Amino acid sequence: MTTVHLLAPVEQLRRALGDERRRALDDMVAVLAAGATTLARVFPAAARRTGRGDLFVDGPRLEDAVRVELVATAAARLDPGTLLAELEDLYRHGDADEKRAVLLALGGIDDPLVDGSALLLDALRTNDVRLVAAAMGPHARRLSAHDWRHGVLKCLFVGVPVAGVADLAARADDELAAMVRRYTDEREAAGREVPPDAFLVRDLTTPTTRPEG
Amino acid sequence: MRIFDPHIHMTSRTTDDYERMYAAGVRAVVEPAFWLGQPRTSVGSFIDYFDALVGWERFRAAQFGITHHCTIALNPKEANDPRCVEVLDVLPRYLAKDGVVAVGEIGFDSMGPAEERAFRRQLDLAVEFELPAMVHTPHRDKEGGTRRTLELVEESGIDPAMVVVDHLNELTVAPVDERGCWMGFSIYPDTKMDPHRMVRILQERGPERVLVNSAADWGRSDPLLTHATGEAMLAAGFSDDDVDRVLWRNPVEFFAQSGRLMLPGQDDAGAATPDASSLFEGNSVLRGQQVR
Repeated sequence: MTTVHLLAPVEQLRRALGDERRRALDDMVAVLAAGATTLARVFPAAARRTGRGDLFVDGPRLEDAVRVELVATAAARLDPGTLLAELEDLYRHGDADEKRAVLLALGGIDDPLVDGSALLLDALRTNDVRLVAAAMGPHARRLSAHDWRHGVLKCLFVGVPVAGVADLAARADDELAAMVRRYTDEREAAGREVPPDAFLVRDLTTPTTRPEG
Repeated sequence: MRIFDPHIHMTSRTTDDYERMYAAGVRAVVEPAFWLGQPRTSVGSFIDYFDALVGWERFRAAQFGITHHCTIALNPKEANDPRCVEVLDVLPRYLAKDGVVAVGEIGFDSMGPAEERAFRRQLDLAVEFELPAMVHTPHRDKEGGTRRTLELVEESGIDPAMVVVDHLNELTVAPVDERGCWMGFSIYPDTKMDPHRMVRILQERGPERVLVNSAADWGRSDPLLTHATGEAMLAAGFSDDDVDRVLWRNPVEFFAQSGRLMLPGQDDAGAATPDASSLFEGNSVLRGQQVR
């Protein structure tokens, strides 16, 4: 079985739900744990059964935390290959909220046998900032250096705060800095504002004074 | 004036439209699945379209402060195309989704046997998924199409209160009304209805079970004709409350029967913020894609 790290502790999530919605969540978890239903069945309806919105300030969204817990519950019964296939199915047939929850669940999976990088690349093709942000979480360490750098650049383009990019300081390299520098140069040449995040990323690997020329 | 447009094809509209709609008071829409102006040639084309309705278009609308819902169906214009009919097997997956507030547009175009089979099967899906049904009435032989539509609705056993029969006019409103279905009116620049004819119908029969929409799409149409109808109602002596009922509370009442409306504050729990969908980690999602 594959461990899936939760977005919020089980008790904290339940405290945020009223009695009725907590029962709905416990019910979904129980039938999943017993193998009496499938993720595909409970995943789409999870938000309307338990609610949506911020779980706490600067925290995850409630519906994301619920869906990741459902993935974690199902994962306990699945081998890594089957879990990955289930996640790919949920993502392929999911609406934007479901897709985001799959990406966040991947972020909680360390198992090297579960490689969802194809889903991350799909999310990075979109212009939906919530998908782009979720794709650049911890699971993005599976992306090649090339794809990961382009993911960071995409964050700058669409306005996803890079504070949420996993391993940013550790993984930033000269090539990323050069890409970001070309981006900031282009913005400045056009007389457009450069987002502060762009300087932040550029300066992770370069001296704070820009070289001449 | 707050406006819920219960029928508008936003995938065919521009961001300028979203801005103008928001400025005119539009805060929520329903986008029914329909045809694209040119025939699809495969089921895959439908799947990508449905994915856009529950994905990208919802996100795009949220950027402009508008809550986007959709309805999912095999539309009548393509229901007699054998290349497309297998999409019926894919529909249940989408009918399970949040924000999918009805089965639609279903109904008749040329009124052939294949259309009727698809219509019946999708009325059954509406019953199975406990969703309302949005029924398109044909441009040609609208009276005959409306009559046959009401027969199929009755045979299906669906509660008439769960059905809106759309694109009505002076000649087709009465039988739909008598059957207890909701009555949809599409306000168009030239064809279908115009704001003043709409006002006369409202004067004659009152606002109960009436939905007013722009049905704006890729053809000559205007997403602000809902607002123009509200103005025409006020000019004719209707109250602000009447306008609010027709342009907001009626569509909310009809689609709330799905249990899938996603209006801000409606389904939030715990520490939910009412407009969290338009915020991302405290930032507007407009960053990087500024609205002018």
